[in-house]
Order: sequence, then C-alpha cells, then structure tokens
Amino acid sequence: MWGELTPAEWTAILLSIKVGFWSVAGGLPVAFGLAWLLARRSFPGKLMLDAVIHLPLVLPPVVTGYLLLLAFGKTGPAGRWLNDWFGVSVMFRWTGVALAAAVMALPLMVRAMRLSIEAVDRRLEVAARTLGSSPLRTFAEVTLPLALPGIIAGAVLGFARSIGEFGATITFVSNIPGETQTLPLAIHNALQLPGGDAVVLRLSLISIVLSLGALVASEMLARRSLRGRVAHVL
Amino acid sequence: MSFEVDVARRLGDRDIAVRFTSPAGLTALFGPSGAGKTSVLNMIAGVLRPDAGRIVVGGQLLFDSEAGVDVPPEARGTGYIFQDGRLFPHRRVRANLLYGARRGDGGSRLDEIVDLLGIGDLLERWPATLSGGEAQRVAIGRALLSGPRFLLMDEPLAGLDRARLERLLPVIERVRDALRLPILYVSHDAAEVARLAGQRIDMGD
Repeated sequence: MWGELTPAEWTAILLSIKVGFWSVAGGLPVAFGLAWLLARRSFPGKLMLDAVIHLPLVLPPVVTGYLLLLAFGKTGPAGRWLNDWFGVSVMFRWTGVALAAAVMALPLMVRAMRLSIEAVDRRLEVAARTLGSSPLRTFAEVTLPLALPGIIAGAVLGFARSIGEFGATITFVSNIPGETQTLPLAIHNALQLPGGDAVVLRLSLISIVLSLGALVASEMLARRSLRGRVAHVL
Repeated sequence: MSFEVDVARRLGDRDIAVRFTSPAGLTALFGPSGAGKTSVLNMIAGVLRPDAGRIVVGGQLLFDSEAGVDVPPEARGTGYIFQDGRLFPHRRVRANLLYGARRGDGGSRLDEIVDLLGIGDLLERWPATLSGGEAQRVAIGRALLSGPRFLLMDEPLAGLDRARLERLLPVIERVRDALRLPILYVSHDAAEVARLAGQRIDMGD
C-alpha cells in the first residue's frame, strides 16, 4: 500500500509533519509563558486572557481562520507589519498553515502545561532557594523537570491538533497543493474527485498512524520523566 | 551571639512578633502549634519577608527593614531542615544530598556526612521509596552538605514513631556537637527541647 503513494500525497504528508513541528516549536514557548502567567501570577484581566486563549477551542474554526485573514492579510495590521519590517507574508504560504495550526493548538498546549505547573510543589522551590539556587536555577532544576510530563503532553497534543487542523487553515491560506495542502486538506480534495475513495482511505489511515504514534510517544516520554517519582517504583 | 532576631509580620489576621538573641549551640524555639514558629524560621531563611525588623546571624546582617537590607535566600547560607522533608522527587538520594553542595565544598564531605547520618545504603534510592525517618536523615544531610553557616530545624522529629525518633535524636545531637553550627530548633515537645537545647525561647499565642 505504501508503494502506491503518489508524490503529491507524499508532499501532503511531509508538509503536515513540517507544519506540526513548526507549530509546536513556535507555539510551545508562547504557550508555556501563558501557562506560567495563568498558573503563577494574578493580574487584572487574567480571566479575560484565559478566555481569549481558549477562544479557538470553542469558535467555529472558519471564524478563527477569518480572523487570521483579517489580521495577517495584505491590509491587516499584523500582515502590514510583517511586510514592512521583514518583507514577508504568511498568506498562501506554508508558514501561514503553521500559524493557523499554532493558534488552534494553543489552548490545548496551555491547558496541559498550566495544570502541570500548578501541580509543582512550590515548597520544593523554596527548599532549592535555601540550598543556594537562584530563582532561574530553581526554575531550570526543579520547576521545569517537575512540570515536564505536562510540557510533553502539551507538545504532543499540540502536534496532533496541528496536523489535523482543517477549517482555519483552508479559510486562512486556502488549499494549494505543495504549499498549504496538508493531509486533511488533501483528503478533503480527494473527496471532491470522482474515484478518489482509495486516496481518501490511504491518507486517512496515515493520519491515524501519525496521531496514534504521537500519543504513544508522549505516553512513553511522560513515563520516562516520571521515573522514580511514584512510590513503589524502583 | 548566633541569632539576633527582632521581627514582626502580619499573616492573615495574626500578628507574629518575636525578639530574641541566642548564644552559640542549639537554641529551641518552643511553643504550641500556630504560634508562628515556622514563620520565624521562614523569615530567617529569607523565604518570608518580615513587615519590619532586623535579622543578624553569626554576625552577618541578613535583613534590616530600616536599612533596606534583604539578602536573598540563596545567599544566606541557611541549612533549612523542613518538617516535611522536601526531598526533590526527581533526583535520587545521592543527587539530593549533593544538590546544594556547589555552594558548599562541592561534596567532598559526602562520605563523612553519610557516615554521620548512617544513610550509606540509601544513596541510589528514589525519595518516594524512603521511610519518614530515612527521608528526614537525607534532608539533614542535604542541608549539611550545602555548606551552611547556620541550621534551621523545623520539628524534624514530628510524625516519626517512638522507635525512629529514638534513632534520630542522637543523630541530631551528633550534628549539634560535631559541626558547631548555630542551630535554631523548632519544637512543641518539652522533653525533646530539654534534651537537645542549650537555650529555650518560648513563643506564646
């Protein structure tokens, strides 16, 4: 079955993986910062920020795509800014796909990491401080390793969400083979064509394999990072 | 004088205010639970900021609200032994012991401290597998290996059964006599205090 994959299908698969990777690579630090703010700080407008972060989870994806179009289009504020300063545009580019995917994945990444940051016992951070660690060192050696399972979970959820993104992507950057046509968009395309059933089935199976692989990998990584921390495990 | 403490702090609807100086050796901070003993230790360690006051330990000024001095906790040289142990769950016992050693002497006294505390066969264990008494001895070792200038012990024997308590008491006496560090020891057990402390400071409600 694998031998039957056409170059165009391979392109869609590789593009999906590339988009998933860059969506997580770019989105994860932002998501971690937001998760940290929500878990550890109190400030005016916190509820509002929380709501805005979660918006892509509950909005129709087509609306999120439209909002991205308004912001990053030729005349949108973010689009003009990118063009004026860097001479680039994400419109109809794979970078736009990664951006849409990151926005859609953000709430999932923030939720997973916020929970894990909240679960870190702050008394351990106090202990590290009295043992001579600066706040930064305490963060790197105590907080971050203890929050790691949640960070991994957030990254994997974000990756899986990104490679599955459809509505916001097609609205924002259209469905261009080789540039913005990820797996779900290619499946959507094949569904429109007469006799495309075999392609749909193949690509769907590949989607399932990719998503399952991500979940299994995250579970294994999370177990590894929990090594020794659960009682009765040697 | 090893501890010169004069601090005030409002916590919720409670006012904690203490003033004492202590000689060298082990000084007990004695009083019922809820008297604010742990808060006093936290203020000396620099993890709870007094509203006003002054803290000097071993001649070094750590906090002075009038002079605007507030040494951060990592620079105070505190060996803090918490009531709840607080071993790092993601590090084995050996790595826990050595956590603060880069501030101390880099861990060259590991063998000596391990012997003193009798924890030689625990080094490769994970904290989650230790008993309460074992964990507390490791926590004492971790504090000692961080090169402390003084020790704060917050009811290190609380929660241990009689047999474990009897084994840990001599350990604390050894630490007191072998290392000659100023120790502030929080307890609400009069017998324990009588046995360990050179001086007793009473904190009421």
